[in-house]
Amino acid sequence: MTALADPPSQQFQVDANRTSSDSPRRKAVRHALSNYQAARDRTGATFTDWKSARAAAATIKHEAVNHLDQYLEEFEKKFTARGGKVFWANDSKQARDYILDLAEEKGVRSIVKSKAMTGEEIHLNEALLEKGYGVVESDLGEYIQQLKGEAPYHFVFPCMHLRRDEISDLFEKELGTAKTDSPEELTMIARRVLRRAYIEADMGISGGNFIVADTGMISITENEGNARLTVGLPKIHVALIGIEKVVPRLGDLALFLPMLATAGTGQHLTGYNSMYGGPRQPGEIDGPDEFHVVFLDNHRTRLLADPEQRDALHCIRCGACLNVCPIFKNIGGHTYGTTYQGPIGSVITPHFRGLEDWKHLSGASSLCGACTETCPVGIDIHHHLLHNRRNAAAQKPAAGEQFLWKAFTFLMKRPALYRLATKFAPLGSLLHPLIARTMVDPVRSWTDTREFPAAPLHSFRAQFKTHQRAQALASNLGGTQ
Amino acid sequence: MRVTLFVPCFIDSLYPNVGMAMVHVLERLGHTVEFPENQTCCGQPPFNSGYWDEARAVASKQIAVFKDAEVILSGSGSCGAMFKVFYPELFHGQPLEAEAKAIAAKTWEFSEFLVNKLGVTDLGARFEGRATFHDGCHGLRELGTKLAPRELLKHVKGLELVEMGEAETCCGFGGTFAVKYPQISTAMAEVKCNSIQETQADYVISNDSSCLMQIGGWLDRNVGSIKCLHLAEVLASR
Repeated sequence: MTALADPPSQQFQVDANRTSSDSPRRKAVRHALSNYQAARDRTGATFTDWKSARAAAATIKHEAVNHLDQYLEEFEKKFTARGGKVFWANDSKQARDYILDLAEEKGVRSIVKSKAMTGEEIHLNEALLEKGYGVVESDLGEYIQQLKGEAPYHFVFPCMHLRRDEISDLFEKELGTAKTDSPEELTMIARRVLRRAYIEADMGISGGNFIVADTGMISITENEGNARLTVGLPKIHVALIGIEKVVPRLGDLALFLPMLATAGTGQHLTGYNSMYGGPRQPGEIDGPDEFHVVFLDNHRTRLLADPEQRDALHCIRCGACLNVCPIFKNIGGHTYGTTYQGPIGSVITPHFRGLEDWKHLSGASSLCGACTETCPVGIDIHHHLLHNRRNAAAQKPAAGEQFLWKAFTFLMKRPALYRLATKFAPLGSLLHPLIARTMVDPVRSWTDTREFPAAPLHSFRAQFKTHQRAQALASNLGGTQ
Repeated sequence: MRVTLFVPCFIDSLYPNVGMAMVHVLERLGHTVEFPENQTCCGQPPFNSGYWDEARAVASKQIAVFKDAEVILSGSGSCGAMFKVFYPELFHGQPLEAEAKAIAAKTWEFSEFLVNKLGVTDLGARFEGRATFHDGCHGLRELGTKLAPRELLKHVKGLELVEMGEAETCCGFGGTFAVKYPQISTAMAEVKCNSIQETQADYVISNDSSCLMQIGGWLDRNVGSIKCLHLAEVLASR
């Protein structure tokens, strides 16, 4: 980022103001997500006990994350024994450079990519395009976003904000196809482009949903079959995966695959769940000649070092917390300005990209807790937003705000002074209409859009005193009731 | 039973009737109500803003004030959650940890106290009208209060309770969030209030006055005809 660009917090305010008043888009997103919610409730109900399933998933991820070194090395041993290559990338640059060097060394010209948020995280496409490689996103939603020149809107549903006619217009403009309102026809247009991309590509790049330690495999979950083609057809494959994606045993997927499908999309199982154990083995008829796994740290170890928020590494990127979040529903995905949107993004982005620049995301929450309630792996999401707020205030308190809270504390520690102050509330209420919604209104950010209640003449404590006196009087007069 | 009321600062000044309604309900049940004069604020505003030292300074005062209470009753799920859930975290590893935990253990949200501590569901209340109930998030998700208020409202004569579509969706108040991000907060209020309007209710009832300040603030500006009531006010009416 250049020094002249708006800080992310300012950009967020500007974008949030715009998007939260875009009623048609908000309505469409809410509608799509209420359909998700209905499907998810139906599927979740088919688990014998969803609560126990969540607890089991949290326990498995806790075990995996707290022994990350052990499980990742176990994967590496098994995977490399079959001829796979593993590269450990500390940060974005190391990951990008490894992939760029590999592409150059192998004389790669075109690349096909299946959905990988890690790719977004390290700005891989930009780097590849800059070096002159052709890159095509093969997930339909990602492909649409690539054509549009926009980041994904939601890390599971990349183009959920677009209407069918907007996609049709986009295809018309970028691909010269005729307008259509049929989802099938739109899909076929993309399919024709993508089929060619698989065949022409010399390198495939994917992410990975799970790293299975005991068999040395990566598991990829998808609905379109595009990841299978991305892995299977080009000669070289690179899977770029965050180190936290590990599960100890293949058997754990018996829980995680249906759980990811249920929480992510409301499906019983996602369309395709494939396990990859390395390059094509002797006697096998398909698969890449070379299979590279790039393990991405990129400050995940900062979260690992924080016992309070370490559980954020349990995340299986199902997106459920976005889908239930009233903030997400009203401001949309792009407003966050992050790779990972929504509640989980607001928790982890400050760890990945700096607390000072990204603390505002933790502030922009009503702390309603819908995210934590829905999280299938039991991450204490909304309390971590509180923890980020606390850490931010401790690291660099905002001068004005700190003064405000010190003044607040001064008052609230002195009951007599507080009582005196509350005596002025009715007077304030009487005078407030004179300045309400003007520049000098101290609660203007409230009164701009909402009425502020007037303080009645007698506070509770005054009324209670009167009530007690009346009771005492009554009992003195002999009326015990 | 001796019941010690914790009346949050904004209820004290802005919604005194809510506090008085709680007093009437409890006294009718034969309990002694006390209100320690020296209580102020639970400390949630600085706590939620990240200023935990300041929050602790305010909270320490309340811990001292309520130390000898038999039970502490809060008329706001949110402030109740501050006592019950967040005091133990705020004082974790601090000198007042044990005292904070003791306060948490004897704090009750109003409806939970009536239904689950006292075992009362019918208060002999009468209230004519069509109403919908809003679940305050702190009460719902921090304290797990969902059924108790509905159980109580079911026994109010004359009251027709209609569930709204977005009962568990946040109203967008969120304390300082409401003024730090007023546009987002207001958009959330709009969604909530549209859901309320769809029920064609005349009243919105909640066990949290802070949510009602937000909901009422939006309704009064944009609709005007739907009234907000705290659960205690409904239960106290005859």
